[in-house]
Amino acid sequence: MAKDDGELTAWYESQLSGLKRDLDQLEDKLRRPDGGDAPSATSARPPSGRPTSPISNPPSIAPAPTIAPTPTIAPPNIAPPAVTPVVAPTARAPEPSQARTTPPPPAPPPPQPVERPQRRQAAGLGYRLGVDVGGTFTDLLLIDESSGHAFTAKVPSTPEDSAIGVLNGIERICQQAGIGPAEIGQVMHGTTVATNTVLTGSGALVGLITTKGYKQVLQIARSYVPGGLGGWVIFNKRDPLAPLELTIEANERMSALGEVVEPLDEAAMADAIAGLKGSGVEALTVSLINAYANGAHEQRIRAIAEQVMPGIPVSISSEVIPEMYEYERAETTVVNSYIRPVVSTYLESLEAELNRRMNGVQLHILRSDGGLASAEAAKAAPVNMLMSGPAGGVTGAIWIARQAGYENLLTFDMGGTSTDVALIEGGVARTRRETRVADVTVRASSIDVRTVGAGGGSIAYVPELTKALRVGPQSAGAQPGPAAYGQGGEEPTVTDANVVLGYLPSDARLGGEMQLDYASAERAMDKVAKAMDLGLKEAAEGIVNIVNENMFGALRLVSVEQGYDPRDFALVGFGGAGPLHANALGRLMNSWPVLIPPGPGVLCAYGDATTRVRDEASRTFVRRFEETSDGEVRGILEELAELAARTLDSEGVARDEQTTLYQIDLRYAGQGMQLTVDMTPEEFGSGGLAEVGRRFNALHEQLFTFALETGHELYNLRALVQGRESVAKAEALPTGSNDAAAAVYQDASIYVDGRDQPAKIYDRQLLQAGNRIAGPAIVTEMDSTTLILPDHEGEVDAVGNILIRPRG
Amino acid sequence: MPARIIQTNNTPFAKVDLDPITLDIVENALRNARDEMDAVLFRTAMSPGIREQHDAFPMIANPQGKMVVGQFGSFFHGFQEGYDGDIEEGDVFLTNDPYSCNGAISHLNDWLTMMPIYVDGRLVAWGAMFGHMTDIGGKVPGSLPTDAAQLFEEGVQIPPVKIYRKGVLNEEILELILRNCRLPEWNRSDFNAIIAALRMAERRVLENCERFGVDQFVTAMDEMLDRNKRAMGAILKQVIPETKQYFEDYIDDDGVGMGPYKVACTLWREGDTAIFDFEGTDPQSISSVNFLLNEEMFKMFLGAFFINMFDPQILFNDGFYDLVVVRIPRGSILKPIRPAALSCRTHMLGRIFDIMSGLLGQGSPDALCAAGFSDSPHFMYSGYDRNGEWYQLYQIGFGGIPGRPAGDGPDGHSLWPAFTNVPNEFLEAYFPLRIVQYETIVDSGGPGLHRGGNGLSMGYQFLEPGNISIHDDRWLTHPWGVNGGLPGARSNKLMVRADGSREWMESKCDRIKVNAGDILYFNTWGGGGWGDPLQRDPEQVALDAQRGLVTAEGARCYGVVLNGDLTLEARGTEDLRRRLAADRGEIKLFDFGGTVEELKARCVQDTQLEPPQAPVFQKWMGRAAAGAVE
Repeated sequence: MAKDDGELTAWYESQLSGLKRDLDQLEDKLRRPDGGDAPSATSARPPSGRPTSPISNPPSIAPAPTIAPTPTIAPPNIAPPAVTPVVAPTARAPEPSQARTTPPPPAPPPPQPVERPQRRQAAGLGYRLGVDVGGTFTDLLLIDESSGHAFTAKVPSTPEDSAIGVLNGIERICQQAGIGPAEIGQVMHGTTVATNTVLTGSGALVGLITTKGYKQVLQIARSYVPGGLGGWVIFNKRDPLAPLELTIEANERMSALGEVVEPLDEAAMADAIAGLKGSGVEALTVSLINAYANGAHEQRIRAIAEQVMPGIPVSISSEVIPEMYEYERAETTVVNSYIRPVVSTYLESLEAELNRRMNGVQLHILRSDGGLASAEAAKAAPVNMLMSGPAGGVTGAIWIARQAGYENLLTFDMGGTSTDVALIEGGVARTRRETRVADVTVRASSIDVRTVGAGGGSIAYVPELTKALRVGPQSAGAQPGPAAYGQGGEEPTVTDANVVLGYLPSDARLGGEMQLDYASAERAMDKVAKAMDLGLKEAAEGIVNIVNENMFGALRLVSVEQGYDPRDFALVGFGGAGPLHANALGRLMNSWPVLIPPGPGVLCAYGDATTRVRDEASRTFVRRFEETSDGEVRGILEELAELAARTLDSEGVARDEQTTLYQIDLRYAGQGMQLTVDMTPEEFGSGGLAEVGRRFNALHEQLFTFALETGHELYNLRALVQGRESVAKAEALPTGSNDAAAAVYQDASIYVDGRDQPAKIYDRQLLQAGNRIAGPAIVTEMDSTTLILPDHEGEVDAVGNILIRPRG
Repeated sequence: MPARIIQTNNTPFAKVDLDPITLDIVENALRNARDEMDAVLFRTAMSPGIREQHDAFPMIANPQGKMVVGQFGSFFHGFQEGYDGDIEEGDVFLTNDPYSCNGAISHLNDWLTMMPIYVDGRLVAWGAMFGHMTDIGGKVPGSLPTDAAQLFEEGVQIPPVKIYRKGVLNEEILELILRNCRLPEWNRSDFNAIIAALRMAERRVLENCERFGVDQFVTAMDEMLDRNKRAMGAILKQVIPETKQYFEDYIDDDGVGMGPYKVACTLWREGDTAIFDFEGTDPQSISSVNFLLNEEMFKMFLGAFFINMFDPQILFNDGFYDLVVVRIPRGSILKPIRPAALSCRTHMLGRIFDIMSGLLGQGSPDALCAAGFSDSPHFMYSGYDRNGEWYQLYQIGFGGIPGRPAGDGPDGHSLWPAFTNVPNEFLEAYFPLRIVQYETIVDSGGPGLHRGGNGLSMGYQFLEPGNISIHDDRWLTHPWGVNGGLPGARSNKLMVRADGSREWMESKCDRIKVNAGDILYFNTWGGGGWGDPLQRDPEQVALDAQRGLVTAEGARCYGVVLNGDLTLEARGTEDLRRRLAADRGEIKLFDFGGTVEELKARCVQDTQLEPPQAPVFQKWMGRAAAGAVE
């Protein structure tokens, strides 16, 4: 399938989601590291870990950029200062191995550490462990690779040092499985440490080196003022992540073709860098104009910096993201520098602890795009891990839904302050080459997750002037939390609405110590009811309908607006609040069944444990079709594939277990965006560029309703190599009859569809495969609550999912 | 004769009782639809002006043509008044003629498309979109001649035509139009993109009618307009006093050596109604700086300004228009008479925002913003490259956002919604030039408690011989400061020829020849300062200096003394602040940096350019001229 384009920039996204984006940003600012996922206080993932927002396309970042590259395609790491290969964009280079990727002979996507010790054979049979660290619980999933049998464990998280919780969990799960920790060969970990570093502003002090005349590249950014006509009246801009006072300039210049226009003044550069000593700079970024076309000057500056300021990590833009657009490239590289020391420290300490218990274990980190990276790669290019957390949820949903036989999915992950949605087609998540965390947007691949500032903690209010009911983006967060949490919250939230409507029974067996305070919820709800002149329950249902509408908008963004028919998709609801709202969204979207997997925390651990090791290599290659040939393009793609394959080799993935996918970004010549066409090497071999063009036209028509006669222009070429899929199978439930009566523990009355209706409350622990639950009904479990609406029915499948469909 | 709307089903819409929640949901759905229109357009258009800089604007209106969601809307009234013909299902209208739609669009480069949306034979809504075409013919590349005397010099005129008639594209008209453009492929694909955005609007409206019911949908649009009217009514009453407020501002010249041109406006409120009267505004120009201002358009600007200032949650639409009366003298520079040239209206259009700031702020100085980057300067570069291929660049400039109650004005940004710069690496890859400098201009932001944003200096080094055009303003008058804030620096353009010689360029000029190696420094202006600069945190001033946004000399305007390493010299600062405070006398509400006469008197010294001559107005241009000439 083809993906969204990779050329999106901050402004584009904001246009796309318009107001929604501004709301997201607000929401992100309000987010706290320990914000609770409503409605239960025991959600498995901390909202802080959820990223924030939309993202974009496929990767461009090669494996382990700053670690002593073994150049395969590119010029040597430290190139001579001047005279680099110059190839005019129209010229065709003869051999596919040197600087043949003009307009720019791009800087080499850099390879893996050379002498990395070969560790345990990853592909071999053994145990693999998925670990998801949430705000409240750390969830673990252990898979016996020989049998596919899985074990799960849940232990309290240890926010002061999450490694402690992880190690406790490992002990627990090993006991359950009756194995020693040393038998675990691989640990797969989705981490929010990169995201949190950005959200809390706790990254490194970054110095930036630009080309002379471009010092203010981050200060000016794209000159965009959000908020529509008159938005400038209230817009305040954040300071750049690399402070302007710590930005210095290099006397040098490359042309757009990668020719040296002015050689680097090395002596002046060394002096300027020396001037940053004593400023407290903890990391350096080099991002020069046209460095995507030739990274030689950046490499040289890195070498100088390493001499002048030894021990300070240097990220260079031609390695982190060798793509056109100076602001986006600089910002992405600066973010990489910003989070790198924190991520490295965390991963190194975790690795050391793991190694003490399980010598030689391989630690893998889940990337934003849902693939796995080695800990080395994660440390070198942490900008690829910004969305690691939500990627775990999405990959988990993909896996569990596949167990139930569904591969076309809309995922709906609703937490305390925000909701993430994504579209999965054929078991593959769409990705985009843009990652956004709060108001930081970078060019790095992520699963195409859209976020809206709507969650259980979203506050409802009625503005004086318009008398319209608004929900969010302000959130009650974890403190004070919804009024029903009895921690001093007074504002009416979505969770309070759910409590008032009876969807969250106050005596339901919620996880942790949480007791719901019905009276406080009613008091809070009364504010909205009075302002709207509605009854308490009517107002509460209004709030639920509005928040559902906001999330419906996000789901449309990933489906209808991308040309997909939601009726072809199942809706997977998870996160602390997802299962309460999923049935209603299924009804709005007409997406059936609505699938509620067991336990949201476990889901992420499943995601961590079952995804595949992945790497990719990419290169900007701007050419009209008529300026290149099938053979030339194939040659480049094969080289890129080889580069990525070597990363997997070093992870112990045998070549016969690796699969390769080509991704080709292109556009009509003259357009500013690109769309991505995916092809296997075989498909490209037989169809060539002509087939690429055909697929692009079809995609353009699907997205934008028209195709053009205009010629095509290639932009980026990328090869993506993955290891084999996990053989793990989900744990099966005991089979029961279609009668779920044994799991009922209470009769209740709930307010739904405008009236009070009798409903039964079920204990999910007691459900058996084959049970059918007639709505209206509520199903409770430790970390979430499911609502089944009137005229709908939930069916428990073999692995414990509840599949909700309209009755009859 | 106004247009006739043809419906096969003339059942009137039933007014239904709508619960407030459904209303909110429809509102969300329409906001989403409008965002989608933008998304489709920006992604599929080809001209950098639309796809990178976003010079295009969508809207959805109710059957009567009132904008329900969008911005820069409200064309329909003018269009329906002026169009003598039938409007039928499947039609799409195209026009670029400002005089045919009472200024709903204001120069020929803006192509406006409008599509009636039908459900079961009834008109339920309108979708519309307009976008700036890089070229539409005329006497100079870019179609914005700075010296045009008549509309005919500015490119192909398209009166409202059915570019689609009952769903069928009128290819002959389209080809005729494109034949008149220098970059027909850009126009064609931008046109396609605009149509795709309209189809998106249509699809979303149909989905909503199906989901909620037609009567519910139409009622909801009415309610959304009412909701806006109630909210805006409350604000107007709070903010606009019944006593008259007066403000005037200028554009500096007309591209043919005359100026400045005055815009004058008086504002007061009578009961619920706010009145804006432009009596006293100069007559229309003999050149192309006229701005045909549509009254509804002005109301829309006003609404946007108010909503952002007082309650951004209010849905922005046409609902409040009955509450505002706008009077513009016919024959004035804001209401010129055909065939007056219009292409370079961008300066006056921008200046309207400063006028609005200055008028509204007098009633509530705390909410008053300084003068900002009230323009979108243009730069054009065209010619044949060494391969004999035609290249043509049209670019919009950025500058300093003013100091505002909310804080400092950002450096090098735009007042226009959604505008973004074109990445320089893109420019260098696709045009024969190199951007040797791209940074904000130190000290150009007006000092204030909240600093005005700095203007931007963009150094274009040309790699091929060609022609350039410059469109800018505020080179003579200053972007003013308020509440004690000082004015921002003015714009200038410096050409450094390959042989090292230097020329200061006129603010508006065409057909300037350039050769390989010449460098043009296009320097825009800063925003005015807000509030007393002596009250600004001196550490912040020191930091601004360390960041290269203010010099040590410039810091003295804040009463701040810096050491050689740009750290704060506390004692010297205290002394200087005391002295400055004693010397300056009373703080002014507005600081214009001098009267027009004073600015003209020291023009050569300040700007290296001769001052403009007093405007000469020609008799044929209309009866309003007589009264306004001094």
